[in-house]
Amino acid sequence: MELLLSSAIGMLTAAGIYLILRRRTFAVVLGTTMLSYAINLFLFSTGRLVVNQPPILADGVTSYTDPLPQALVLTAIVISFGMTAVTVMMALGAFLEGGDDRVDMPRADREPEVARAPADRAGEGRA
Amino acid sequence: MNHVLIAPVILPAVIGALIILWMRTDLLLQRVFSIAGTASLLAVALYLCWLASSGEVYVYRLGNWAAPFGIVLMLDRLAALMVALTAVLALVVQLYAFGSGWDRKGWHFHALWQFQLMGVCGAFLTGDAFNLFVFFEILLIASYGLMIHGGGPMRLRAGVQYIAYNLAGSTLFLAALGVLYAVTGTLNMADMAARVAVMPAEDTALLRTGAVLLMLVFAVKASLVPLHFWLPSTYANAPGPVAALFAIMTKVGVYGIIRFYTLVFPQDTVIESVVMDLLLPAALFTLAIGQIGILGTRNLGRLAAFAAVGSVGTLMIAVAQFTPQATAAAVYYMIHSTLAVAALFLIIDMIGARRGDLWLRLDAVMPGNGLIAAMFFATAIAVVGMPPFSGFIGKLLVLDATRGTPEVAWIWGAVLISSLVAIYGMTRAGSLVFWKSYELEGKPAAILPHAPMRPGRIPTKLEPDEHIQDLGDAASPSLAAVSVGALLAGIVALTIFAGPVMRFADQTAAQLHDPARYLGAVLENQEGTK
Repeated sequence: MELLLSSAIGMLTAAGIYLILRRRTFAVVLGTTMLSYAINLFLFSTGRLVVNQPPILADGVTSYTDPLPQALVLTAIVISFGMTAVTVMMALGAFLEGGDDRVDMPRADREPEVARAPADRAGEGRA
Repeated sequence: MNHVLIAPVILPAVIGALIILWMRTDLLLQRVFSIAGTASLLAVALYLCWLASSGEVYVYRLGNWAAPFGIVLMLDRLAALMVALTAVLALVVQLYAFGSGWDRKGWHFHALWQFQLMGVCGAFLTGDAFNLFVFFEILLIASYGLMIHGGGPMRLRAGVQYIAYNLAGSTLFLAALGVLYAVTGTLNMADMAARVAVMPAEDTALLRTGAVLLMLVFAVKASLVPLHFWLPSTYANAPGPVAALFAIMTKVGVYGIIRFYTLVFPQDTVIESVVMDLLLPAALFTLAIGQIGILGTRNLGRLAAFAAVGSVGTLMIAVAQFTPQATAAAVYYMIHSTLAVAALFLIIDMIGARRGDLWLRLDAVMPGNGLIAAMFFATAIAVVGMPPFSGFIGKLLVLDATRGTPEVAWIWGAVLISSLVAIYGMTRAGSLVFWKSYELEGKPAAILPHAPMRPGRIPTKLEPDEHIQDLGDAASPSLAAVSVGALLAGIVALTIFAGPVMRFADQTAAQLHDPARYLGAVLENQEGTK
């Protein structure tokens, strides 16, 4: 089970990091979602992996599973869910207003248009 | 238990919710309630400062649960000072937003403002690591909304970048907390400190991993090089007053580093050396990049953003020493740099409103040139750290605190040379914007090509640009100017009363470097709790 969980966390993290390094917003949103899944699983495992044990100490119980990481995961799920919604809305807004869904800032963010050579502008290939 | 301790969290939360529920459509009511709320937050913060100045660490146990099981809030001198600084900044900048008409350029400005304050104050007050994460998320969610206030393609795109970067930072935060919880079995900062202190040195590999991960998270927030890439575009594209409020947000990251690495991982543990080795070079690079950015940029908004990066660099040099003297210098410089950077953002917003855009280029003399030039001049002096303002005192304190260290040549060299670069950058910007425009008087306007803000559009002065403040919207431009004056007055006061402020900073540092007090306050004397 340890192998299963750790490889799942590793693969989700790798996929997530790959995706957030893409330059289209949709991939980045998917990437952050993947990363948050990986982190949720990871948080779950910080209380150590135990199966079929009660979550609360009581009389006569010798082994138990840690309930706190589960509460943390719940909080993290809620927050990442809300965050994903906010990101999607903002990405959509940027797409509708700006005309493309790239994540990087266009050159016009750093320097005024007049200073740019025409060849530069053609090379960027976007409205 | 003193219930006022939780007021800086509850008050903005309630006012923010009230604004959303009942005042959504009434801007006047929003303004009245929101400004009154921030003013009462300031009153509460001053009371907390007075309370904390006794030197005791006050603890508020939520739900009266015993400490390490329940969440606690901790009030010490640093937390009280930061809450007060937040409240002062928020009130002044909010008056600016009201005066300049920024708050009517989109929906929910005041509600988001209050939620932002709730998150920032909560992050300063909490004594629980996971709760710190939650408050970070609150302040981030509010800041996403504030950052894109007013809209516009460039701002939205910068917002997407900001949100993506910070979401990655948040997942890193959770990973760090997970590691720390797995090693120590607790999330209460004081309890974690107690357990780290008794941990055998050979078992600390995972703990060190967690500590460095946590430092990365705070470094993202504080915009330390090489994790600063989100900041220039975000701050330059954010509305002026929002960028000014964000001056406190980088300080949240700095605060996190001070809090964790004096309380939980203090100097005598192995972790400290690992962190210090990383922190100081990062701080030097941050300083260099920030000050070179001031010189290199072609946009006034980015100039202020790079000034913010540079100030974090100076601050981090002091923080990375982890000695009481350097921490005191950091506390003083933190107050100064927050006020100075915020003032710079507001002045640049005023310039943008009068010139039509923020590009550094020759243009006709703008209305109110003299007053704005004077304010820019004063702020630029404060930001680069020249006498007579508090920036100079702050830098002197930082230099003095690093005098005996082995890296003194690097630190002094970086601070002094980069200050020169920043002075040159500010001088160039100021003379281009304010002085050279007089040379153009009487010449035809044709030699003044206007640079468009967006690709593919032909700009005209008539078309309102969402990037900048619209003077036609302004409720009272003079109120806006007065609030910038208030920030400058704060800098002057910080210079004149440097003695008393330094005494407070010294006491703050002494308290921070004595973690036993926090452990005693949080974990002992728990009678009457559940």
